[in-house]
Amino acid sequence: MSIYQIVFYALAAFILGMALLAVTTRKIFRSAIWLLFTLIGVAGLYFWLNVEFIAAVQIIVYVGGIVVLIIFSIFLTEQSGKEMPKTTRGRAVAAALAVVAGFVLTYLLISQYGFYPVQEEFNSEVARIGTDMLRTDGEGFALPFEVVSVLLLAAMIGCIVIAIKPSKQKEHE
Amino acid sequence: MNEIPVTHILFVSTGLFFIGMYGLFTRRNMISMLMSVELILNSVNINFVVFNKYLYPSRLDGIFFTIFIITIAAAEAAVAIAIIINLFRSHQSIDVDTASELRF
Repeated sequence: MSIYQIVFYALAAFILGMALLAVTTRKIFRSAIWLLFTLIGVAGLYFWLNVEFIAAVQIIVYVGGIVVLIIFSIFLTEQSGKEMPKTTRGRAVAAALAVVAGFVLTYLLISQYGFYPVQEEFNSEVARIGTDMLRTDGEGFALPFEVVSVLLLAAMIGCIVIAIKPSKQKEHE
Repeated sequence: MNEIPVTHILFVSTGLFFIGMYGLFTRRNMISMLMSVELILNSVNINFVVFNKYLYPSRLDGIFFTIFIITIAAAEAAVAIAIIINLFRSHQSIDVDTASELRF
């Protein structure tokens, strides 16, 4: 077993273990911290796959952005030390059964489908990603890039509109 | 380079997806459900990168899908948290069972 394989299996166990803890722990703040570790593990997987740019984006956006946002909203909306109400046993068992069945079915399909990896150099350096992102010919991604930037603007305005405190006038109505 | 079969990496992403599903099924707290959705989106991202790297190494489509999914996930999380905070203001709770006005 080479070090390359050992690193992969360690990362896989880390990711799955942390994700399991994140969905089963009953303290919501701890859940957010386990989610943070899961996302760091996924970033490690990207580093292992040699896609450094995606790994960096993952750390910046997910770990640095979304998890911090989630933790802030936990602080704003409830007592972070309080335990969440226990899920009823029936629901937990039914969910576990459905999930295990789905997992087994999906993994059977995946393992029976023959994947034939192409032995070819995979070049995902940032310069190539950048030029492809802004190219306007057939293989470029300039249009989705622009659409996503409009979407981000819309989401930003939407957030402000939703979260803004209703004015006094409206409350009197 | 290909010492790990593709299916083993897909095992991780499938596992992550169904762990997220379990979270969605069992949690009634909106923030926890949002966390489960993030897990599911991450599993999809892993799939895209792995397929791109191992099956179509001459192209970059999977990488771009991943970048756009991460962008949209960030926008989605921001909007969801705005909605959650607004809901908390009107209901003093972020439990999905308390927000039942639109039911049926």
